Amino acid sequence: MNPTPFHELLRRDFLELSPHMRECGLRATAVDAHGALVTLPYREDWLGDSESGRLNPGIITVLVDSCAGLAVLASIGAREPVATLDLRMDYLRPAFRGGDVQCRASCLRLTASIAFVRATVWQEREDEPFATAQLVFMRTAAARPPTGAAA
Amino acid sequence: MTTVSSAWSEARRSAREHGDYRPLVALIPYARFLGMRAETHEGRLRLRLPFRTALVGNPNLPAWHGGVTAAFMENTALLHLLLQLDEHRVPKSIDFAIDYLLSGRPQDLYADCSISRLGSRVAQTQIRCWQSDPAKPIAVARAHFLLSVSA
Repeated sequence: MNPTPFHELLRRDFLELSPHMRECGLRATAVDAHGALVTLPYREDWLGDSESGRLNPGIITVLVDSCAGLAVLASIGAREPVATLDLRMDYLRPAFRGGDVQCRASCLRLTASIAFVRATVWQEREDEPFATAQLVFMRTAAARPPTGAAA
Repeated sequence: MTTVSSAWSEARRSAREHGDYRPLVALIPYARFLGMRAETHEGRLRLRLPFRTALVGNPNLPAWHGGVTAAFMENTALLHLLLQLDEHRVPKSIDFAIDYLLSGRPQDLYADCSISRLGSRVAQTQIRCWQSDPAKPIAVARAHFLLSVSA
């Protein structure tokens, strides 16, 4: 599916507007109605253990939550407030020092109040992810209808 | 020459005997990047993450980046295990699941961890994160870790 002008705007601005996503150097490389692709450039700060050279799980969770939030807005097709309700990570294999990390997230189902998202994370090959994730977001604006509006 | 395993034993000794957790946190580059502090509170290990703007996800509220809250809790469990057990490397993450209960306001985060099951290879941990009131967690999480196989 081709990105709309809204998707292109999201891709350019979304990560830039968040202080922590900017701090981590996250870059959105593709955004469309199906989902989002975000790159985390490698840094020594991401290590969990300098000896083994494995990445810390925490920075992967930051990447996944950011990319999934972007996928939800892309799927809605408008900017609106969303909040993560829950997030589950499975660490399939270790990730190692030196390589940038990629995350692809797609929204499986969007309702008036909830978005269900799945994400995969890899370094070299997308078909060999080192982590997978499932997330649920709440559309917080939808939770509070204006006074007098029908539920 | 300082070997890697003696660095771990030194860090543990410093924490257990002198209540100085900095060497232990310093062995996890990402925990140091976040700025995690460890302290003993009422006989239990408690982790603190001082608020700073670079850790904000949503600048409009403002609120902590949900990924950072999760990352702080994952690393709380790792540090808890490193202190309680005699691991000579950072335990490997198997999975992690978090439920977000309240939005993270721009104040320090606190977290503690309990080990629900400790087998010879796998540990199951439960982590709680709060801000001003320990009785009102902003998130709860659980995680499994693979321990070093003893010789």
